[in-house]
Amino acid sequence: MRVNGVEHSAPTDARRLLSDHLRHDLGLTGTHVGCEHGVCGCCTVLLDGAPVRSCLMLAVQAEGHEVTTVEGLARDVAPLHPVQQAFHECHGLQCGFCTPGFVMSVVGLLAQHPDPSPQQIEEGISGNLCRCTGYASIRRAVSRAVELTK
Amino acid sequence: MLGSLEDAKVLAGGQSLVPLLNFRLARPQHLIDINRISGLDGIHERDGGIAVQALVRQAAVEDSEVVARICPLLRDSVRLVAHRVIRNRGTVCGSIAHADPASELPAVLLALGGNVTAQSSRGRRVIAADQLFRGVFETSLQPDELVVEAWFPASPQPYAIFEESRRHGDFALAGAVRAGDSLALFGVASTPVLADRADPARGLEPSGDLEASPAFRLHLVRVLAEKAFAA
Amino acid sequence: MTTRWFGAPVQRVEDDRLLRGKGRFTDDLGEGALECCFVRSPYAHARITSIDVSAARAMPGVVAVYTAADLPFGGVDLPLLIPHPNLTHGRTQRCLASERVRYAGEAVAFVIAESRYIAEDAAELVQVDYEPLPVVITPEVALKAEHLVHDDVPGNVAAEMTQEVGDVDAAMRAAPHRKRLRFRYERGAASPMEGRAVWARWSAGERTLTVYDSTQSPTSIRGGLAVLFGLPESNVEVIAPDVGGGFGPKIMLFYPDELLVPYAAMQLGRPVKWTEDRQEHFTAVNQERGQVHEVEVGFDGEGRVLALGDDFIHDGGAYTPYGIILPIISAAQLPGPYRIPSYRVRFRDMYTNATPTSPYRGAGRPHACFVMERTLDAIAAELGLDRVEVRRRNLIQRDEFPYEVGVLWQDGNTVVYDSGDYPALLDRALAMLGPKPAGDHVGMGVAVYVEGTGVGPYEGAHVQVLVSGKVVAATGIPSQGQAHATVWAQVVADELGVDVRDVEVTGGDTRRFPWGVGTFASRGAVTAGNAMHVAARIVADRAKQIASDHLEAAPEDLELVGGQVRVKGSPDRGIPLAAVAVLSNPVRYAFGGGTEAATQFTAKAREGPPLHDGEQPGLEATGYYSPPGSAWASGCHAAYVRVDPKTFRLEILRYVVVHDCGRVINPLVLQGQIEGGVAQGIGGAFYERLAYDADGQLRNASFMEFLMPYATEIPRIEIDHLETPSPLNPLGVKGAGEAGVIPVGAVLASAIEDAMGVSITEMPLSPLKLYELSAT
Repeated sequence: MRVNGVEHSAPTDARRLLSDHLRHDLGLTGTHVGCEHGVCGCCTVLLDGAPVRSCLMLAVQAEGHEVTTVEGLARDVAPLHPVQQAFHECHGLQCGFCTPGFVMSVVGLLAQHPDPSPQQIEEGISGNLCRCTGYASIRRAVSRAVELTK
Repeated sequence: MLGSLEDAKVLAGGQSLVPLLNFRLARPQHLIDINRISGLDGIHERDGGIAVQALVRQAAVEDSEVVARICPLLRDSVRLVAHRVIRNRGTVCGSIAHADPASELPAVLLALGGNVTAQSSRGRRVIAADQLFRGVFETSLQPDELVVEAWFPASPQPYAIFEESRRHGDFALAGAVRAGDSLALFGVASTPVLADRADPARGLEPSGDLEASPAFRLHLVRVLAEKAFAA
Repeated sequence: MTTRWFGAPVQRVEDDRLLRGKGRFTDDLGEGALECCFVRSPYAHARITSIDVSAARAMPGVVAVYTAADLPFGGVDLPLLIPHPNLTHGRTQRCLASERVRYAGEAVAFVIAESRYIAEDAAELVQVDYEPLPVVITPEVALKAEHLVHDDVPGNVAAEMTQEVGDVDAAMRAAPHRKRLRFRYERGAASPMEGRAVWARWSAGERTLTVYDSTQSPTSIRGGLAVLFGLPESNVEVIAPDVGGGFGPKIMLFYPDELLVPYAAMQLGRPVKWTEDRQEHFTAVNQERGQVHEVEVGFDGEGRVLALGDDFIHDGGAYTPYGIILPIISAAQLPGPYRIPSYRVRFRDMYTNATPTSPYRGAGRPHACFVMERTLDAIAAELGLDRVEVRRRNLIQRDEFPYEVGVLWQDGNTVVYDSGDYPALLDRALAMLGPKPAGDHVGMGVAVYVEGTGVGPYEGAHVQVLVSGKVVAATGIPSQGQAHATVWAQVVADELGVDVRDVEVTGGDTRRFPWGVGTFASRGAVTAGNAMHVAARIVADRAKQIASDHLEAAPEDLELVGGQVRVKGSPDRGIPLAAVAVLSNPVRYAFGGGTEAATQFTAKAREGPPLHDGEQPGLEATGYYSPPGSAWASGCHAAYVRVDPKTFRLEILRYVVVHDCGRVINPLVLQGQIEGGVAQGIGGAFYERLAYDADGQLRNASFMEFLMPYATEIPRIEIDHLETPSPLNPLGVKGAGEAGVIPVGAVLASAIEDAMGVSITEMPLSPLKLYELSAT
């Protein structure tokens, strides 16, 4: 599988979840685990460009696919991706645990709808839980991200 | 493979199965990942309706132009399934085979009078929707059968789908699907059920859970059926 | 000193690493450590007759399995954190149960293996034989005392406390009107997105224990580990790295893992890490909010409260590690912003066979606010008066401060409100709310609350200017998202006249600052914020002293601006702060970075030895702030809602907040705290509850059935601020962390009652509850 553009082999243990493989086998701890039942969205990554729950995939299933994690958006000290930049400007994160999941979901949303309607924004962020922000600043961040990507 | 292995489950979208694995509630000896089988991800117009193959993701149905044209009821319904991120992996056939009584797609299949094609090493057979759903997570599929295709007739006018859920994307406390004069209910019995628009709650004995008592479900059935036929 | 950063909406310094996925949450660390899994009781109440771990121990990949018998501290009760004379029957659990379990989820065995997958496999092989015992669930059942949670606690009562101000009986008799009311609040859970985790390393050679813990109080953990393991405190390091939300349950200590993981690391000579999963979080992590209140209120024809009596039972769970702080807070906060001439409150803290309770954001205040606000609505309804007007008539006025309520507060003092303007909060909230939207089934709700913030005992801070001119600061308390690193940097940057981005703040790391209490009870800004101010002020004074020798000006004629120490009115006569840092440390050997200026053959600035008596090298200082009493924040929330008459769905049409936390350090951060708090309040009022069945089993221990709101369930919120500075601390700040959540239940109950015309006396609500209420 390719993760952030780099080829990796899949784990030999078929039980290994993609989320655990990314975090502990590949050291990409930016993807977080909040529930392991697909509800909270902290583990969201892009699979071939579309947001998916990495806790609901076995790592072996990612073979032959392209996985993008939050670390793949801006390498090292490269400038932040517009979605990341927008979250920063709008105080769209507090503890930061749900943030990579939200960022990847929004990247996926804007890939599908570069100029989303308010309803599409609402739908696009409605699958991720945040306990800190109350979502208001996240909504603002998505609107800002649209501006930054235009 | 399904036929030869004891205690095997098919893994397609995984959005229902993998949580059960993570909870250790489902413990199959074998998982058969069908995601790499080619030629199973088509959406085709057929016999006036839409044929959706085993690996078609719910998101693909949501975005499909041919579905929007021929069976907009299916498109509207798939939008109610969980959240987009789940629909990116979850499959239409998987949802139907999983047969959660509170899910939308089995009820849509029933309301439209569609069917599934089941394949095993013994051959193929077509199962009509009203013969398919047997109980909670139970279908008339044999353990060695795989749903390779679901066929949805074109949605007649008028059509509608309404559901009541606690949060956006949650399973329905109760739901109603109207396809012309046909009415199917979900979330109120052990399977999706066809109902009479004049007395939609008749004969229903819904169960109670944390968010809805049997009485509340019956109440919602009447409210949703009325809404579906007001349109 | 010009205030540049205080009050500015500075963007957070924490964001970059968190946005890039470079956060350091506890489970992100400790690669290669052994991993663990608990065996927990499935029964809410049972005797353990045997535990057999042999099969688990034998599994390949399993390194150790502990039961109580394997632990030198296995027979020791975990600490009772907050003793109180009224807590006559306090009980705490043991690390691992061996004789009796008293809540479903109580830990029985601990498996350590090469991976979590193997540890979970092995945990399934642990055989525990249980003899189920009768289960006591809900405080009402506990009160009946047909069965006991602890054999030696009569009546299931851990503590009883009565307080009275004035003469309630006399005032009640004399009151023209009287009413009895009953209110019920059910348990809820904080449910931070990051579960709990602990990672420990032991260096046998240096005898040093290093523990990373997703905790709100590293200093307390460190103290406890040192005592338990017989180590000098200086050999124990505890760090709270990035923490993904706390909200209260992470201020609870010790969870069994906080002792077992370090113990295992020491025994096994390998790093050990444990991370909980979401399901076990629901039963293994503390909860709260269960209370039942019986209220009697006496009032006059104008709606003024003359006497208030409240008798409540508190659902304490199976053990009382956190003492009786929660019911003390509820009892203290019940009068709220209102004048209650005679007030009597009695509470009994009940044992139940459920997860122990300890604070969750709001910590007893949401219940208190709910009871008081519902009571005022009931008075208004009884007299046919406007609900807002009844509140106005009872509010404490702006000229009545400091206002003594007269009951005990959680810091051991009595409640005294320091400052506030409650009528203004109400007026402004209603102005923001505007006219009622047209349409049927629309209701209005309002609630005014106070919040005791900034409790002691103290916090401290260390501030140092480095020779590079950058500033580093540290405090003992950690952040769980409240932007401490940004906010404290603002405070320090103002004192030192530097750019906020040149101040690097570390919190929650005992290696950097070993003293302090913790992050809870909306106290961070008041305590640590003021400690930062104190320490930075000392550094600023020292800098002026050193600079004055070199600038030949008196220290009082100097100011710190733009990274310089300069003469007021002569901006070209200055010396960089960096240079002052160099000069503060007389050296023999110049090691670069400008240090040659501080060597012995450069010009001497003053007479005498390089360090005078009492002076220390370096431009650094440690400062502390110990509050004399709580700083009382306040606010008013108001809302319009619509309840669908057919589906009983709740639509929040408009929600406004007017909030007073004294002087505001960072309005962006404050807005986030309020928006987040209100969302949690909405969740707790209409979506979330912990559904225990009669066997003490939690029926909804997953995110699929414990319904935390998504964005689609949270409306837009409008916020405005009032500032009544606190006279109790130099910065004039009050806490803000819990404000958003406190009155939400009361507001929504009031609005729904107004919309539907049914009486709301319970929390939480749901469409099902409203359907059933409307049918009666």
